[in-house]
Amino acid sequence: MNIEAIKSIYFFEMARTRRTLLQSVVSPVISTSLYFIVFGAAIGARIQEINGVSYGAFITPGLIMLTLLTQCIGNGSFGIYFPKFTGTIYEVLSSPVSMIEIVLGYVGAAATKGLMIGTIILLTASLFVDLSIAHPLAMIFFFVLTAVSFSLFGFIIGIWAKDFEQLNLIPMLVIPPLVFLGGSFYSIDMLPPFWQAVSHFNPVLYLISGFRWSFFEVSDVNPVVSAVIILAFLSICLSVLAWIFRTGYRLRN
Amino acid sequence: MAPIVSVSNLSKTYASGFKALKGVTLDIEQGEILALLGPNGAGKTTLISIICGIVNPSGGTVLVNGHDVVRDFRETRAMIGLVPQELTTDAFETVWNTVTFSRGLHGKKPNPAHIEKVLKDLSLWDKKDNMLRELSGGMKRRVLIAKALSHEPRVLFLDEPTAGVDVSLRKSMWEVVERLRASGVTIILTTHYIEEAEEIADRIGVINGGEILLVEDKTALMSKLGRKQLRVDLSHPLDAVPETLSAYNLTLEGDGHCLIYDYDTSAERTGITSLLAALAEAGVRLKDISTRQSSLEDIFVEIVGTGR
Repeated sequence: MNIEAIKSIYFFEMARTRRTLLQSVVSPVISTSLYFIVFGAAIGARIQEINGVSYGAFITPGLIMLTLLTQCIGNGSFGIYFPKFTGTIYEVLSSPVSMIEIVLGYVGAAATKGLMIGTIILLTASLFVDLSIAHPLAMIFFFVLTAVSFSLFGFIIGIWAKDFEQLNLIPMLVIPPLVFLGGSFYSIDMLPPFWQAVSHFNPVLYLISGFRWSFFEVSDVNPVVSAVIILAFLSICLSVLAWIFRTGYRLRN
Repeated sequence: MAPIVSVSNLSKTYASGFKALKGVTLDIEQGEILALLGPNGAGKTTLISIICGIVNPSGGTVLVNGHDVVRDFRETRAMIGLVPQELTTDAFETVWNTVTFSRGLHGKKPNPAHIEKVLKDLSLWDKKDNMLRELSGGMKRRVLIAKALSHEPRVLFLDEPTAGVDVSLRKSMWEVVERLRASGVTIILTTHYIEEAEEIADRIGVINGGEILLVEDKTALMSKLGRKQLRVDLSHPLDAVPETLSAYNLTLEGDGHCLIYDYDTSAERTGITSLLAALAEAGVRLKDISTRQSSLEDIFVEIVGTGR
């Protein structure tokens, strides 16, 4: 294992986070605060509790997931796409590092950054609403696994993308609808039966539901099912990556 | 001594169907400077990219110090430094950070003293805290060399290192290359400035259309393929080459003021003595005599042109 290389990539990526602190940390905090003001304070004040949880608190896990998913996909994809774009990838490819080490460096940094921002949002949220975490370990399980899986997913997008358009396609066009329709701002019980059924095909529903359960013990789906779904997603990402490494897809061809 | 890099029957076909390499076989000796010459698209960069691990080969093998570049990539890549053709740098990094990053990437423990030495050798020390985007093209080129030297490689690939670099910087770069060679580093370079290859390389390889046309010791190549030309300036112009001199294959140039005689230095007789005697006999008065040796560039154009 080339530990020095993993450290180099990881800290190189984290240095980029430090350089772009305003954009990468301050802007998600501001946008989340806006959500709390609009949905939590203004609209939420007129909404009854959902399953015994105040509306402001109810949306917190969903908001954290929204940011976590977009941040992890964004960081994971950008981290590997940018060197491909500028050409500096030559150096990583000609170094004595295995693909696993490359992934540990890039994905580790993307997930770390996502978790940092997620934690900041959690702390920001606690300024607006009363939060209690019923199952801290489960909460960390969902939090970390989601960060890692979606950073991996982002990494795959970064390898696949041939231009900035493709790079932004999934984070901009696919993730927000999935998050918004995945029960971030409501319980799917509130939907007509047809849309409830459709929602069960949305993988993000399981993430948000499981994450919310770890806070309030209320969920749209069984938390065990949520855990299985996220583990399945992680395995799919790992299999795709294994194939990419074996074939050199868009990296060594 | 076993070659440090041994390429055998290497081929590469890209996804587009383009055959960049067609069975290349090449041995690179330890401690030598090998210049790879070839026109654009000849396969130079593909060959280097496969040896360095950037591109997967379609067939054949490459051994670096006895290790296979695919199977034992950790051993081979740790030994190799690469300076790519394109000026690819992270715009927002500092010189110091990017060079330190390269060392770590190659699995070496941090060694600020070594990085300092490399930066000083390349006259980059006073720029160490500058962001890369603030540097000129020549400076960036030097940063790429510093990155390649950060992990103390035994084999250094320089892909067009002097493209777009001014004369004084080029000179100082070749001084660095000379010093590296003196320390035992094997250097493989590609260049379009053939006079540079002529000056610095021990051996010359010519590649074209994905095939190695020849690899030969530079001096042997120059004397084998190099032709000499004798130029005789005449006091009075001639209308035609005199009949008595027809055996010499002379050409008349400069409105009849100049006779050109091509000869082969490696031939047993150059024919110069008898030509001069024949000229005197024919009553041709000479004003001046000069000779010119064909350069590596002429040789290169001839080889690539004929696809020898």
